[in-house]
Amino acid sequence: MQRRLKIGVLYSRVRVEEKWIFGAMEKRGIDYDRLDDRVIHFDLNDPKPWQEYDAVLERSISYNSGLYALRLLNAFGVPTVNTASVAEICGDKLMTSAALARDGVPQPHNMTAFTPEAALEAIEAFGYPVVLKPVVGSWGRLLAKINDRDAAEAVLEHKSTLGSVQHSVFYIQEYIEKPGRDIRAIVIGDRVLTAMYRKSEHWITNTARGGEGELCPITSEIEDLCLRAAKSVGGGVLAVDLVEHPEKGLVVNEINHTMEFHTVQPVSGIDIAGEIVEYVMSVAREYA
Amino acid sequence: MSTITCPECEAQIELAAGTEVGEILVCSDCGVDLEVTALDPAVVQLAPMEQEDWGE
Repeated sequence: MQRRLKIGVLYSRVRVEEKWIFGAMEKRGIDYDRLDDRVIHFDLNDPKPWQEYDAVLERSISYNSGLYALRLLNAFGVPTVNTASVAEICGDKLMTSAALARDGVPQPHNMTAFTPEAALEAIEAFGYPVVLKPVVGSWGRLLAKINDRDAAEAVLEHKSTLGSVQHSVFYIQEYIEKPGRDIRAIVIGDRVLTAMYRKSEHWITNTARGGEGELCPITSEIEDLCLRAAKSVGGGVLAVDLVEHPEKGLVVNEINHTMEFHTVQPVSGIDIAGEIVEYVMSVAREYA
Repeated sequence: MSTITCPECEAQIELAAGTEVGEILVCSDCGVDLEVTALDPAVVQLAPMEQEDWGE
């Protein structure tokens, strides 16, 4: 008789997505544990309790906690969704850009520098406006649109003086005049499940910042680009954010590895939580 | 249905059916984020402040 698979779900907060995922687990009668990343601990001399899991789904809200948990689990030989390698790439915008550049996946023009002086030189070479982004961060926080040299000098000084050391990795991106929207596509394995326009009058279109969702038809171009982007970062359960560039056409702006889908699930009518759970089970079966 | 008291403003808040431990509620009176830490009986605490590496 086939052994019953055991799944762990690592989380920090029970957002609506986690409620849907827990519900999908229970609906399928899956044996799973809820693993609160603020409560768990890892004994590196005793990986056995963790090796009881056939797969762990990582839904941490803290990038650091999630990333280190994935690294440990993978080191213990526990399959995870997503893998530590995917989290390393997707959680860091510079790593994502490097992977996309390596594979020739279209993306906005990006530059990086490690001192305010070198960053200013890069920005001046770029021309204004540009966007400065933290390499780690989400929900559209701490993005700065830089319209002129005065603003560049001020923001660079603030970031280097007030920010953590990570803010001294200056990630500079061309400012894209997008048509008041971007596109979020949900990719699971080798399928693009659905896509949604995120509309906003503000230049930051993140729905965490009040952007509104509307269904976006999955064209062959969107499907091809999303699958290439997902493959480039290692694949799994991903949200690929696309921007309509006025000259370059569709480009990949970023890829999220623990995506929220509270807007796209109701907009699309697709049971994304259920699809995630099915994918986790397929990973567990593959390694069982 | 359980009723809890907001630790910030003492508003009485009714928990919706299906509320889970770990869920975040927003106090309808003062707007503070509250985390449900127990259900029987219901207990809430002020939710942790957003950290720099939080996100999706």
